[in-house]
Amino acid sequence: MTDANTPPHAFFLPRSGLEDLFQILQSDGYQVLGPTVVNDTVMIRPLESIAQLPQGVSDRQDGGFYRLVDGDPELSFEFVVGPNGPKNYLFPAKLKLLEFHVGNERFELDAGQPDVPKYAFLGVRPCELAAVKVQDRVFGVAEPGMFRCESETWYTLARRQALFIAVNCTRPAGTCFCASWGTGPRATEGFDLALTELRGGFIVEVGSDRGQAIVGRLPTREPTVSELELAELKLERAAEQMGRRLETGDVKELLDHDLEHPEWDKVAQRCLSCGNCTMVCPTCFCCTVEDSTYLADENITRTRYWESCFTHQFSYLTSGPERATIRGRYRHWLRHKLSTWWDQFDMSGCVGCGRCITWCPVGIDLTEEIPRFREGGHAKAENTTQSRGT
Amino acid sequence: MPGQNVDTLRRQGKLKIAAFKFTSCDGCQLQILNLEDDLLALAGATDIAFFLEARRQAPSPPYDIGFVEGSISTPEEEERIGQIRRECKTLITIGACATSGGIQALRNWADVDEFCRCVYPRPEHIETLATATPIAAHVFVDYELRGCPINPADLLELVSATLAGRRPNISTHSLCVECKRSGYPCVMVAQGKPCLGPVTQVGCGGALCPSMNRACYGCFGPMEQPNMASLGRWFTSRLGQDARDMKRMLRTFNGYIEPFKQASDRYEQEEQRSKEQ
Ligand code: SF4
Ligand code: SF4
Ligand code: SF4
Ligand code: SF4
Repeated sequence: MTDANTPPHAFFLPRSGLEDLFQILQSDGYQVLGPTVVNDTVMIRPLESIAQLPQGVSDRQDGGFYRLVDGDPELSFEFVVGPNGPKNYLFPAKLKLLEFHVGNERFELDAGQPDVPKYAFLGVRPCELAAVKVQDRVFGVAEPGMFRCESETWYTLARRQALFIAVNCTRPAGTCFCASWGTGPRATEGFDLALTELRGGFIVEVGSDRGQAIVGRLPTREPTVSELELAELKLERAAEQMGRRLETGDVKELLDHDLEHPEWDKVAQRCLSCGNCTMVCPTCFCCTVEDSTYLADENITRTRYWESCFTHQFSYLTSGPERATIRGRYRHWLRHKLSTWWDQFDMSGCVGCGRCITWCPVGIDLTEEIPRFREGGHAKAENTTQSRGT
Repeated sequence: MPGQNVDTLRRQGKLKIAAFKFTSCDGCQLQILNLEDDLLALAGATDIAFFLEARRQAPSPPYDIGFVEGSISTPEEEERIGQIRRECKTLITIGACATSGGIQALRNWADVDEFCRCVYPRPEHIETLATATPIAAHVFVDYELRGCPINPADLLELVSATLAGRRPNISTHSLCVECKRSGYPCVMVAQGKPCLGPVTQVGCGGALCPSMNRACYGCFGPMEQPNMASLGRWFTSRLGQDARDMKRMLRTFNGYIEPFKQASDRYEQEEQRSKEQ
C-alpha cells in the first residue's frame, strides 16, 4: 500500500544487506516466502536462508516451454515468475474451512478463527502485485479496514498481515506482456519495499510505513546518480524487451461480439481442458467446497479446493456440465479474463504475467489468439446475444 | 430434521459389503487390506460379508455393495459376473482390470491361441476367452474406482459417503489440476518429459508421479473429456515421440478403454504405414 505521505525516496542496499533484510523479516516473526529452485523450476516456497535464492539462474519461457539456464552469477533475481506465486498462500489451493459434528440431535460447529501465518513475500514481481490488487477486489478487501460479509476470511487475514518486498523486472521472460497492461516491469504500488537489482546491490524504494521502518534498520546508503540512472535504464529496456505484446484497447469489445468466431473451434482442437492455465493464473479465484466424513463417525470436515472452469464439475447441473464442449470452456475462460471480468469487477482479469502461456502443456497463447479474433469475424450485430456454453 | 440425520447415519451403519475377484493380480483387494489403520473402523462400520482375501467364510447374499476386481477373461467368469450382479444392490468396479480390462487386455490385439502354445506345455487345458474385457462390457456397473491399483482412500471415501448418504468426493478432471493444487513443478513444461497428466483422471493421491519428478503413466485412465489428438501432436512434434512410442505409452494398464484405445489404434496404423515406406 503506497502511503501518500511517504516521499518517494530511494536507497542503496549493498548485496550483503540482503542477509540483514532476511534476518529482520525473520526476527519480526514473518514467514519468508521467496523464489527457490525445485525440480528445475523457480517456485515460491518458505525460505530458511537467502542461500536458497536462485543465484546465477535465469529462465527461458515460451508457449508450453520453461527451462532454467545459467545467468549472471552475481545476480539473485535474473529469472521472473514461475508457476506459483502469492496466490498459493493468500488463497491456498486446499484449505480446511471448518469442522462440525453431529451432537445433541443437531450439527455443532467446532471451528475457530484460522491461524494465518504472517507472510513476507520476498522477490514478488510487479505483475503479482497487480494480481493481488485484482484479488483484493474479488475477495472484498479492496478498501482497507472494511470487512464485507462476502469477504474471504483467510485471504483478508493473510493479506492484512502480509509484507511485500517486490523486485522489479530487469529481464522479462519470453511470455511476459505486463507492459501491455501497464502492470510492470516496474512496481508502482502495492509494495512495502521495491528493489531493483544491480550487480553490487539494490536500489530500494519505500512504499509504506512498514517498509520505511524496515529500511531504517538496514545498512543502506544514498544511491549515486549513476546507480539510479542504471536502474532506470534497465527498467526502460525491460519494458522494450517484453517477450509478448497484447493490444488491449479493443479486446473486451472484440470478445463480446465474436461469440461464434471460427477461431473458437480451432483453439478447441488444441485445448486439452486440463485446467493448468486457471491454476497458474494469479487472478483466478474459483473454488469448490467439499464436505467429507469418515465411515460412521459423526465429524464432518469442510474443505475448499481451487476449481477450474475447465472441469465438468465446475458447471455440472442436473444432467451434465453446462459448458459441455472444450470450445465452450475455453471461450468462457478467455472471455472471463479479458471481457466479463470488466463487467464483474470493473477491471481486467489479466495482468500480463504470461503464466497461462508458459504452463499450458500445448502452448496455447492468448496473445496469439486475440489477433486471430480481429481477422475474419462474423458480422457483429448478429452475435451480441449471449450464447450458451456449447 | 437434524435428528433424522443421526438416525440415518446409524441405521445405515451396517452396510453389507462384498468383494469379488476376477482376472487380476489381487493388488486392488490388497489395497483394502493396506488400509491397516482404517481396517478395523471399516469392519466396525460395515459388515464385510464376502472377501476371500481376508476371510474364509462367505455369508450369503444379497449384498449392499459389491466391489469387483479384475476383468472378464474366461467363459466361467462371463457366467459368474451375471450371478454377482444379481446378488449386489450396488456394483462397483475397482481398478484398471475391472474398469478397462487391465494389462491382460493387451491380448485383445494379439492371438491368444498362439500365446497359449508359447507359454503352456499342455495348452489344451487352458480355457480362456480371446479377449479380456472390463466388467461394464458385461453387466451394468453403478460406479467405478479407477487406478492400477486403486487408491484405498477412494474406497474409504466411497463407503463413508454411502454411510452418510452423500455424494462421494471423487473427481473426474485431469491430473494437472491436482498437480498444480499440490504445488508441483510441471515435468512436461519444465523438463520436456511426455506426461499423460493432461488426459488422465486424477485419483492417485496428489499427483504421485509428478511429485516424484516423473511423468504420469496414466494409471487412472482417461479423464472426463480428454483431447488425445492435441496432446499426441505436441508429444510427437515437440517432445520427440514417434507413433510407436505413442502406442506403447497408451497401451498399458488402461489401453483397452476409450479413448485411449482408439488413439493407440491410430498410432499403430501410423506406425505400420511408416514401416511400409
Ligand atoms: S490470463 Fe494468463 S497472462 Fe493474464 S494474468 Fe492470467 S496467467 Fe497471467
Ligand atoms: S471462471 Fe475460470 S477463468 Fe474465471 S476466475 Fe474462474 S477459473 Fe478463472
Ligand atoms: S488453454 Fe492450455 S492450459 Fe488451459 S486448459 Fe487448454 S490446454 Fe490446458
Ligand atoms: S507434470 Fe504432468 S500432471 Fe503435472 S501439470 Fe505437468 S502435464 Fe500436468
